[in-house]
Parts: sequence; structure tokens; C-alpha cells
Amino acid sequence: MEVVQMQRAWVEYTKSLFREFSYSFFGWMKGFLDAQFQQLQLLQDESNPDFVAEVVSLFFEDSERLLSDLTFALEQQSVDFKKVDAHVHQLKGSSSSIGAQRVKNDCIAFRSFCEEQNVEGCQRCLQQVKQDYSLVKSKLEALIRLEQQIVAAGGSIPMEELSF
Amino acid sequence: MESCNCIEPQWPAEELLMKYQYISDFFIALAYFSIPLELIYFVKKSAVFPYRWVLVQFGAFIVLCGATHLINLWTFGMHSRSVAVVMTTAKVLTAAVSCATALMLVHIIPDLLSVKTRELFLKNKAAELDREMGLIRTQEETGRHVRMLTHEIRSTLDRHTILKTTLVELGRTLALEECALWMPTRTGLELQLSYTLRQQNPVGYTVPIQLPVINQVFSSNRAMKISPNSPVARLRPLSGKYMPGEVVAVRVPLLHLSNFQINDWPELSTRRYALMVLMLPSDSARQWHVHELELVEVVADQVAVALSHAAILEESMRARDLLMEQNVALDHARREAETAVRARNDFLAVMNHEMRTPMHAVIALSSLLQETELTPEQRLMVETILRSSNLLATLINDVLDLSRLEDGSLQLDLGSFDLHAVFREVLNLIKPIASVKKLPVTLNLAPDLPEYAIGDEKRLMQTILNVIGNAVKFSKEGSISITAFVAKSESLRDSRAPDFFPVPSDNHFYLRVQVKDAGQGINPPDIPKLFTKFAHTQTLATKNSRGSGLGLAICKRFVNLMEGHIWIESEGLGKGCMAIFIVKLGIPENTSESKNPFLPKANHGQTTFPGLKVLVLDDNGVSRMVTKELLVHLGCDVTTASSRDECLHVVSQDHKVVCMDVGMPDGFEAAVRLHEKFTKRHERPLIVALTGNTDKVTKENCMRVGMDGVILKPVSVDKMRSVLSELLEHRVLFEAM
Repeated sequence: MEVVQMQRAWVEYTKSLFREFSYSFFGWMKGFLDAQFQQLQLLQDESNPDFVAEVVSLFFEDSERLLSDLTFALEQQSVDFKKVDAHVHQLKGSSSSIGAQRVKNDCIAFRSFCEEQNVEGCQRCLQQVKQDYSLVKSKLEALIRLEQQIVAAGGSIPMEELSF
Repeated sequence: MESCNCIEPQWPAEELLMKYQYISDFFIALAYFSIPLELIYFVKKSAVFPYRWVLVQFGAFIVLCGATHLINLWTFGMHSRSVAVVMTTAKVLTAAVSCATALMLVHIIPDLLSVKTRELFLKNKAAELDREMGLIRTQEETGRHVRMLTHEIRSTLDRHTILKTTLVELGRTLALEECALWMPTRTGLELQLSYTLRQQNPVGYTVPIQLPVINQVFSSNRAMKISPNSPVARLRPLSGKYMPGEVVAVRVPLLHLSNFQINDWPELSTRRYALMVLMLPSDSARQWHVHELELVEVVADQVAVALSHAAILEESMRARDLLMEQNVALDHARREAETAVRARNDFLAVMNHEMRTPMHAVIALSSLLQETELTPEQRLMVETILRSSNLLATLINDVLDLSRLEDGSLQLDLGSFDLHAVFREVLNLIKPIASVKKLPVTLNLAPDLPEYAIGDEKRLMQTILNVIGNAVKFSKEGSISITAFVAKSESLRDSRAPDFFPVPSDNHFYLRVQVKDAGQGINPPDIPKLFTKFAHTQTLATKNSRGSGLGLAICKRFVNLMEGHIWIESEGLGKGCMAIFIVKLGIPENTSESKNPFLPKANHGQTTFPGLKVLVLDDNGVSRMVTKELLVHLGCDVTTASSRDECLHVVSQDHKVVCMDVGMPDGFEAAVRLHEKFTKRHERPLIVALTGNTDKVTKENCMRVGMDGVILKPVSVDKMRSVLSELLEHRVLFEAM
């Protein structure tokens, strides 16, 4: 693939991830990743060229571990809500640091169910989180791959063209 | 004959005649002597006799007369010359005294006569005074009766007792045979016998009110004598044997509460009267005296007053009971309303979360679905689902917003913001749709429009967006123009906004925004309904009616909160429409004084912090990495720690700043330990908390443990930069929420 085309594809793809749906005048609907992800990308420069990839893979590791812990905890006879809450808190922190907005929102809802000690609700939330997480994971993976392809083809990632 | 010195009487003495003369003279002398004695005796007895001198004179005169007559006794026979001399002397003296007395009497007798006249005069006077005394006594007695009666009548406020007491007391005072009270019926056409003195149960007689005798009595406030045969006086069966006693009737005014004037009964024809009839005992020859009539009149007045008082009291008791009932009802209603409001708030709070969660799911999944491969039909369906659910989400938001608005609990979040940027952002949001519908949108910002303003940015944007959105929504063609300028006083006052009184002041200005479109237009009579909640305007052209829903209602509330006014003008259907609103915004004094320290135009602050030693404490790997990279990007020398103990182990005096995530279990405690470790202020690093919570509790906890600042995650590069510069300059930062 031509570098320019790949670059354009990259821009488009990133834009689509960030697209605000403008039907709603109050911006109720948000994209998968919010402006935080953009911040992360800004931090990547010559001195630290793999920053985003590193952070993202760390995020995947952390989240997978947390999700399996959560599944395990919620399957118990008597659920230890404190522990569940602690896990969710961690997940919320990671996802908000990386800008995974939907996952973060899901975690917020998850926490309120934990406070109410509602097992059903927690399990539903867990499903939701897993769903959103897998979505964001696949998108991030695609993004990283595209970035790597651009870099391998000798181009640079056009950060400036991202205007929101 | 012998010659003697005697004097011979002139006449020869005839024996018998001589004898009688002799005896008479003797008695005369006696009388003459005893009269002065008597006089003296009686005058001495009397206390006052002003003419003692006269008495002496008189006495002398009488004594001398007596003496004369006595001496005359001796002159009947032969008498000596000395007797004649004595006689003559006596006579001369007598003559002198009697003349003097006669002269004196001329003066005295008129005086004595006038004494008599005076006596007569005094007697008359005394008789007169006696009469008057009698009158006064009667009056005083009447007065006493009246006072006593009044006291009796006024000692109660109960209508029946008043009337009963009146009759009883009158009967007693005037020794009446019968006393009755006729009250007007409800219709006012008849008088009904209501109370009597002797008969215990009056048998409800009625008489028509238009009888001449009754009219006569009612026409004057005096007590009048009436015939005992008139219907009002015929209370007892007449036995026919004796003459019924005289009857008197008097009117008793029954006053309305509003006309209570004691000295001035207004003479209205609609005045209602009761009739009081008093009958003297039948077999006595008593007559009604004037003072008795006066007594009756006074009593009638007093009764009227007492009845009015009783009526007032009844009325006020009734009003008070009514008020109490109303109070109870109101209290009940208030409590019900409060319960309802509380229930609604609870409901809303629950629904808030409950509604958003499934909405979230619907919208999320529909947009995901949109991303996948779909046939055109399916895509259309999914887009419709997405559009509808977005609308629903908007509506849910609006409902929750509006209920908070209505509670009055909504307050504006005032802050300094970039006014031009607000318009630009709105335009960016609108442009996609407008370009799809091929509606050109132009924005005109007046040159004197301030760049920065103080107000509620979010809600201002919401308002502008709603207004412009409506313009776009309801236009099929034509262009949309948005004008914004500072409103001067002429354009502030508008005949369509009569309640709007803008008050210009030095540090505020009025922003006027006009959005004109060439779309469907609105029927002018329908315009007021637009701003009411959920009201529908019946437009023929489309299925959607403009203004249905809550959007404009919310805008109106926001605009009102901003002390402004919003209205819409349209010439009619198909003629487009113009929405105008004016809001009051503050003028920031200078740009650097804004509350928000993250303005891109911050004049001071470093861009990098070379060599600044920072310690990052966070137990979450990802966010620790991100925060570290942020700080590295800003040139800091960063060390990381993932637990409290590690942090305390690693920290040293060289570290100037410690960034810690307070979401971790012992975040706050770490801060406390840091304070303990570095007791002197200048040795201690500045502690900044990073948190994802916006609530006050977190902020308070941070301040309590001695944090120097709080930053809300997620942190951007710019935010971190300004935070660090502010912190290093002022050594405190608590605004970064």
C-alpha cells in the first residue's frame, strides 16, 4: 500500500473512532476513545517512539487479568463486594488513563451496583465491560498495526491532521 | 256751796250712763295695758322681729292711751286739779306719741305687707321645687332601671338570653302584664311571635308586616301607644269582663354587622325591625307615663346594640372555625405536596440511572451495528433506531434537567469562558447537518462583542444550540443566519417583552443573539405555546410540530436564569421565523483574572520544568505509566512508586513534587506519613492528589490530610503543565477540578 494512502486511511480510521454523533445536540453520545487517547499520542515522540504501544499492551495485560479476577469473584457463592469494587476501581483507573471511554463509563455503573451489593447487576455490568473492552481492544490493535505498517513503510504518523 | 279747787265736769253726771262709761273706760284701760304685754311676750318668743323700735313706740302709744282712759276714770266725779293736770299731761303725751306712731306706720305698713307677698312667693317656689324634685326622682329611678336592665341585657352575648332577659326585666320594672317580641321572618313579609314573658311556648303566630299599626310604629323611634285590639297586642284570649290595659309598642332595629353606629341609625328602607309590645295589667287604672315610655325606648336601643354584638360574635366564631378548617386542610395539602415532591425526586433519582443504562446499551449497540457490514435497508433501519434513541436520550436529559430547573435547585455554573469559541463550536456541530440539508449557515459576530465573558458556558451553548438546531430542523431551504452583538439600551426594550427591564451596569453586558431562517414559519397565535412544555402546535405541513417537547421550555428557563428574555417572531406559515434571545453576561476585568487557570493564553508559567524531581505514586500500572510519561514529556526527572511503603522509602528532600493517586487504598495515609516524615515546610515536597472523583467529599479529605493541590483525572499535557507552574509559583493549587 502506498504510504500516503495508508496515512489517509489511518487518519480516517482514527477520526471514525473519535467521531461525535452530531444528531444529538447535547453530545450525549461519545466515541470509543476520548481526548485522553489523543494526549497519549501527543506524548509519543522521538525520544519515546513506542510509548503508545507500550501503554496499550500494558493496558491489555492489566485489563485481562482484572476481568478474569472479576469473573472469578462474581462466581463465588458469597460475593466479596469489597474485592470486586477494588478490581473495578483499578479497571476504571486504567481505562480512563488510556482514554477508553466506554469501558470507563461501564466501570462507573459497575461500581454503583457493587455499592448496592446487587449480584445480578454486577454480572450484567461485567458482561457489558467485557463487550466494550473487546471492542476497544480490537480497535486499538488495528490502530497499532496500522501505525507500525506506516512506520515500517518509512512514513510518519500524521498527528497534526487530527483536529477535533 | 263750798269752793274747791276741783274742776267741775262740764256735764252733770247721769248715774247709769256714768256707770257704763266708767266700766268701759276701765276695761279699755285694761285692754290697752295688756296689749303691749302680749305684744312683748309674743315678740320675745319670736326669733326675728325687725321693728323693735316701732314696738316700743306702739307700746308707749298704747300705754299712754290706756293711762288716759284710766285717768279718765277719776274725772267722772269730782276731781282735784292735780288729777286734771295729770290727765292733761297724759293726753298731751299720748297725742304726741300717737302722731309719731301714725307717721311711723306710714313707712312700716307697706313693708309688713310686702312680707306677706314674699311669703306667698316663697310658698309657690317651694311647691314648684317639690314638683321638680318629684320629676328628678322619677327620672333617676328610670335611669336606675335602665342601667339595671342594660346590665342584665349586656351581661350575655347569647341572642336568646338577651331577648328573654329584656322581656323579664322590663316586665318586672314596669310591672307589666305581658311583654312580647315579634321578629321578622326570613322572607321579611311577616312578623312572627318569638318571645313572650308569661306564655312559655309562643304558638308561632304571624302577622303580615304591612299592617298600618306596624308601619306606624316602625316609622318612628319613639314608643307609641297602640290599640289593645290590634293583632300584635291580642295575645291572650280576652275575657271581655275588664278593660285591657294600655299597650305600647316600640321598634327594635336589627342591624347588619357592617352598619354599627350607636348614635346614628341610618334610615334605610331596607332596615329590618323587630316589634316589642308591652301591656299594662288589665284591671288597673294605670297609664303609661312619659318616663316609662322613655325607658322603653332606651331599652329597645340597648337591645339592638346587644343583639348586634351577639351577631358579631357569632360571625367571628364562625369565621374562626372556618379558618381553622381551612388551615388544617392547607396543612394537609402542603404535606401531601411535599410528599409528592419527595416521591418525584426519589423517582427521578432512580430513573436517572435506570433510564440511562438501557439507553446507553441501545445507543452503543446500534452504533456498533452501524459499523458492521449491512445491507442498505438494514443500514437505514439502524440509522432510524439510532436517531430515535438519541432523541429519546435527549428527552430524558431534558426531563431531568427541567425538573431540576423547576425545583429551583438549578444554579448557573458561572465561570469565565471564550464567547467566540462557543459560537464556533456550535457552528462546528451544526455544519454537518446543515450541509447535508444544503442550508448555508452564516455567523456574524459584532466587532464589539467581548472575547471573554462570565456566565454559564455549558448552558449558554445548550441554548444557542437548541435555537439554531430548531432553525435547521424546520427549514427545508433557504439560509440560516446567526447574528450576535452587544445589545444597547434601545434594542433592549422590546414591545414584545413588556416584563423585561434590563438594568445596564458597569461590569455586565447584554448579549443579543438572533437566528433567522427561511423555513416553515409559525402561526403568530401559536408562538406563546412554543415555550410551554409539551404543547403541540397544529401545523398542517409536517408531522413534527416545532416546539413540541421540552427544548424551548428549557431554553426559556436558562435564559430567565441568566436574567434575560427569549422570544420568536414569525410572519406566518411558510414565511420563516426569527428567534431572538438576550442574556446578561459578566465582563471579566482582565483576562488573567479568570477562575479557570487552564486558559491557553496564560501569560505566565513555564513550558518545561527541566530537572524537576517528581515522585509518582499510583498502584495502577497503566495510569502510573501515563502520568510518568506526561511528566517526562514536560522535562521532569520522574521516579515511580506503586505502594505507600515504596513511596516513603524512595522519597527524599530532592523531590519537589509528589503526584499521588488517591483512589488507591492508602493514598491519604501516604500523605499523612509524608507530613510526618518532613516536618519542616521547606523540606517537604508539594503533594498533589490525582483523582477521578469530582465530589466535595474527596476535595475535603484531600485538604484535611494536607494536600497542596488536587487534579482531576484524566490529565492532559497542558493541564499538567499549568498545574506544575501554578504549584511551583504559589505553592498551592486547589482550583484544578
